[in-house]
Amino acid sequence: MAEIQNYTMNFGPQHPAAHGVLRLVLEMDGEVIQRADPHVGLLHRATEKLAESKPYSQSIGYMDRLDYVSMMCNEHSYVLAIEKLLGIVPPVRAQYIRVMFDEITRVLNHLMWLGAHGLDIGAMTMFLYCFREREDLMDCYEAVSGTRMHATYYRPGGVFRDLPDSMPKYQPSKWRSQKKVDKLNEIRQGSLLDFIDAFTAKFPACVDQYETLLTDNRIWKQRTVNIAVVSPERALQLGFTGPMLRGSGVEWDLRKKQPYEVYDRLDFDIPVGVNGDCYDRYLVRVEEMRQSNRIIKQCVDWLRENSGPVIVDDHKVVAPSRVEMKDDMESLIHHFKLFTEGYCVPAGEAYAAVEHPKGEFGIYLISDGANKPYRVKIRAPGFAHLSAMSEMVEGHMLADVVAVIGTQDIVFGEVDR
Amino acid sequence: MSNSLETLAARIDAHFGERMRRLPSGCGELGYVVARDELLSVATTLRDDEQFAFDQLMDVCGVDYLSYGTDEWTTLSATGTGYSRGVERKPVILDESDTFDSERFAVVYHLLSVRKNYRIRLRVYTGTENPPIVKSVVDIWNSANWFEREAFDLYGILFEGHPDLRRILTDYGFIGHPFRKDFPLSGNVEVRYDEKKGRVAYQPVSIEPRTLVPKVIRDDNRYSADLKDARKDG
Repeated sequence: MAEIQNYTMNFGPQHPAAHGVLRLVLEMDGEVIQRADPHVGLLHRATEKLAESKPYSQSIGYMDRLDYVSMMCNEHSYVLAIEKLLGIVPPVRAQYIRVMFDEITRVLNHLMWLGAHGLDIGAMTMFLYCFREREDLMDCYEAVSGTRMHATYYRPGGVFRDLPDSMPKYQPSKWRSQKKVDKLNEIRQGSLLDFIDAFTAKFPACVDQYETLLTDNRIWKQRTVNIAVVSPERALQLGFTGPMLRGSGVEWDLRKKQPYEVYDRLDFDIPVGVNGDCYDRYLVRVEEMRQSNRIIKQCVDWLRENSGPVIVDDHKVVAPSRVEMKDDMESLIHHFKLFTEGYCVPAGEAYAAVEHPKGEFGIYLISDGANKPYRVKIRAPGFAHLSAMSEMVEGHMLADVVAVIGTQDIVFGEVDR
Repeated sequence: MSNSLETLAARIDAHFGERMRRLPSGCGELGYVVARDELLSVATTLRDDEQFAFDQLMDVCGVDYLSYGTDEWTTLSATGTGYSRGVERKPVILDESDTFDSERFAVVYHLLSVRKNYRIRLRVYTGTENPPIVKSVVDIWNSANWFEREAFDLYGILFEGHPDLRRILTDYGFIGHPFRKDFPLSGNVEVRYDEKKGRVAYQPVSIEPRTLVPKVIRDDNRYSADLKDARKDG
């Protein structure tokens, strides 16, 4: 009989379940994993160094491309850090818009996560269901910023522009008849707020639908219950944040504990897990989607009632409008200086963190008083989570690696930066 | 600055005294400089002592203070080569010097207390040694593992006592530490596919670094400390 030995297996970087470009070197004993060594950096673009070579406002677009499934939350942390250094506070309407889009982004991210996590461990339908709702939220991104993913919508001092009064509509084409298009455009007749309002009304039923497919599903439970259990002590030691920490039973959410923008005026709950396994983290994230929906609804109601500016009126930081720029000399000078040189930020350092869908996303900015940041450090939640990969998969079967990658909600844009 | 941070600052002053030097407060955050030799004992106390209870290490990052406070825009005469004309480019020397300026490299730690709900920042200068070296805090907070690998990869800072100090973000076989301020943005090598050899080959970069917007430092008295304070009070 042949002698059975430990052997090493290479997983990825080109593997559909690797969520991008993860290369895992697995030391196996039969089908049981002894040790996992993730090799990351295949998507390293030196975002931090690039940001150090550009004026502050030109790097907002890079932030979208970090965690490319929760774009606006990345921007949020970056503009918060700049605002902290500049000492400016955005108008309250801008804060509500930011919170609303943060939560839309959270739903976007969790839908992507749920779809991909489901697909990875055998629930094909989830992917289709989740992407159906994701499409609507992408349309909100498009309505407000013109792009469906990389919005660059948040600016230091507020947001780029107010919410639009109309939604982009489908056009008839070779593949879509006028009749089909009319049906698709039916909910797109009103303003963006009407569209989001309609979404919040239908979304809880969609979440119910996902849950009927998974929550009590025998196969789903077999694949997730008691897989990759992390105790609260270990979760803190390993630098877990967000749903990964809450799944282990630690009640910690920056939106509640260190509220930024207008989170302290909104009513929502923080779901917390009990066992710290993949199933609990799944439940936490699903409940977060429901809570996000509640927050979005509250923001919509507030935004309907209250109008006002959406960006500060300080032309040393925010460019004047086109109209102003064309008939006022001083505005022209401001415009010219802002777009050639940018603004200088007072010397100092600031760390701004937001409750990103994946955990704590922080930006540490050091300024030496110049128009470019001296040092930008991006604290990506996925980086800390992935570093615990080995500990989480030890002693599990090979197929569970995929469940763990899914439960960590890894996106390589932010891990590799 | 909030009350809880002020209480924390008072406690730290009482407990550590000279061992932790407070950084000028900015943006309502609390930061300290810790001497390199004191790092481990300070960190252990910050984690274990109930009055501090920093149970989470959020982030570790390297910083290179080589060009801190110097602007690039120094020319007085105009030429036809765009903004790059004003930027002085020195040749890149890969860590040839035996010593560094004592405040050239720093490692910055961001701590969070989940129990007490506050944050603190520690900055440790690596001193004059080449290569720069500090003690690893992996045994105190396990999350430091990859963060320290990253700082080693990008800045060449060594962490004494780290179990597995390998490169993490750069390519296999990469030379140099790309986030140092004397490392060019365009890098030193580029890759291309070599038809003859039938594989990817490395060669020196063929592009020249270009400055689109020069770095300038302008003094803005709106941000001076007295005025900022005055605005808050009034």
